[in-house]
Amino acid sequence: MNLNGIWAIYRFEMARALRTVWQSLITPVLLTSLNFIIFGGALGGRIQEVGGVPYGSFLVPGLIMSSLLVQSVSNASIGIYFPKFTGTVFELLSAPISAMEMVIGFVGAATTKSVAIGLVILATATAFVTVRIDHPFAMAALLILTSLAFSLFGFIIGIWAKNFEQLNFVPTLVVTPLTFLGGVFYSIDMLPQPWRTVTLFNPVVYLVSAFRWSFFGTGDVPVLISLGVTAGFLLLCLAVVGWIFRTGWRLKN
Amino acid sequence: MAEPILALSGVSKTYKSGTTALHSVDLTINKGEIFALLGPNGAGKTTLISIVCGIVTPSTGSISVGGHDALRAFKRARRMIGLVPQELSVDMFETVLATVSYSRRLFGYGADPQHVEQVLRDLSLWDKRDAKVMELSGGMKRRVLIAKALAHEPDILFLDEPTAGVDVALRRDMWKLVHKLRARGVTIILTTHYIEEAEEMADRVGVITGGKLLLVEEKATLMRKLGKREMDLTLVEPMTQIPAGLERWHLALENEGKTLRYVFDATEEHTGIPSLLRALAEQGIAFKDLETSKSSLEDIFVDLVGGRAA
Repeated sequence: MNLNGIWAIYRFEMARALRTVWQSLITPVLLTSLNFIIFGGALGGRIQEVGGVPYGSFLVPGLIMSSLLVQSVSNASIGIYFPKFTGTVFELLSAPISAMEMVIGFVGAATTKSVAIGLVILATATAFVTVRIDHPFAMAALLILTSLAFSLFGFIIGIWAKNFEQLNFVPTLVVTPLTFLGGVFYSIDMLPQPWRTVTLFNPVVYLVSAFRWSFFGTGDVPVLISLGVTAGFLLLCLAVVGWIFRTGWRLKN
Repeated sequence: MAEPILALSGVSKTYKSGTTALHSVDLTINKGEIFALLGPNGAGKTTLISIVCGIVTPSTGSISVGGHDALRAFKRARRMIGLVPQELSVDMFETVLATVSYSRRLFGYGADPQHVEQVLRDLSLWDKRDAKVMELSGGMKRRVLIAKALAHEPDILFLDEPTAGVDVALRRDMWKLVHKLRARGVTIILTTHYIEEAEEMADRVGVITGGKLLLVEEKATLMRKLGKREMDLTLVEPMTQIPAGLERWHLALENEGKTLRYVFDATEEHTGIPSLLRALAEQGIAFKDLETSKSSLEDIFVDLVGGRAA
């Protein structure tokens, strides 16, 4: 195994993030703070509790998950898209490194960055509300698993994208709407039918629900179903990445 | 006896669009030699290099690098290869030292600050090691690409148009570097448009056009073929036919009889020019201008190849 190669890609990607570390960290902190001020403070006063959890605290898992999904997709997609855009991808393709090793380097770095941002948001949240974590290990595992799955998804987007418009299309017009409709700010029990049933087709619902379960012990859907959906999405992304490298789709001529 | 380090057998490439960029190429490169691959734009030079380096997947054929199958045992094969691409494709936001060190690790080697320093010193980049690549001139960026390719101590170095767009001083520096690398046992394969470059560096030359490798020759043999020059004499009085007594120079009339053309071999000891000029003077044939020229390398090759095909 080319461990040096994996480490080189991982370090390179982390160095790229560190070059804009303040932007990377301040943006989620600012957005989280605004969300707590607007939804937790201004509007949250009208909703005292959701499922027995104070509304401000109820928001925390959803807000973390929301940033996690967008950041994972964005970080991983730009990581592989940028070498394609600048032409430096030739070096990756001509290096003695397997597809899986390359994915470990890129996706590992994107996952690390997303987890770090998730933890920063969690720390920021404690400044506004009391945060309770009933299942800390499950919370950490879900944080990593979700970051990993969506970083893999982002990696696929980065390979698929032929221009910056396509690169931004999925995070902006697919992931963000799905996140907002995925129960970040509300419990799906609060939705009337048929929207309650429709929303169950949104995979983000399962991620938010499982993450919320790790905090408060309850979620919108059973945690095992949520874990199954997340693991299924991860396996699907792995299969697609494997196919991309076997065929060289959008990477090799 | 020459020891092969790279062998291509029946390598072809047809893109999904149906365009065939390479037609069943067979080529053997010997260890320690400098091989120049020549051909016009779109001939298939870069495709050939890209296939060997793993950037393009061949449609057919096999490639052996140092005895390793480049497709099945690609890791072993690629560790032996360094590639300097034609385009200045290098991460602009990294420092010189960081990007060269990155390349070494990417190819599976641990950090070796002494080797990286030596490579940067050889390429006059050591003083620029902490500069970001974006701050460097075009020539310096090309040196960085070479440093990146040499960071993992390759046995084979591909240089795709290494001196395209660089000034004369840098071109000479690169020639020196190539000779130095060869002295260390590195096999060099380069593509170029410059006859001086092939003449200065190559042991053997291959000609590719239309995706077909048309000939592979020792440089000395090829230089004889490429040594043809033209001398055009602009006549004071136009002619309708070559005067008798000038047959031995195989002259041609061009430009409606206003130009007398003599094709000669500049590598020969006796070019025939002095005797021709004397013969013209004796026959009272006056000319008002004399011009010698040589075709571009690509033109000569295309002519050469066209002649063979005919």
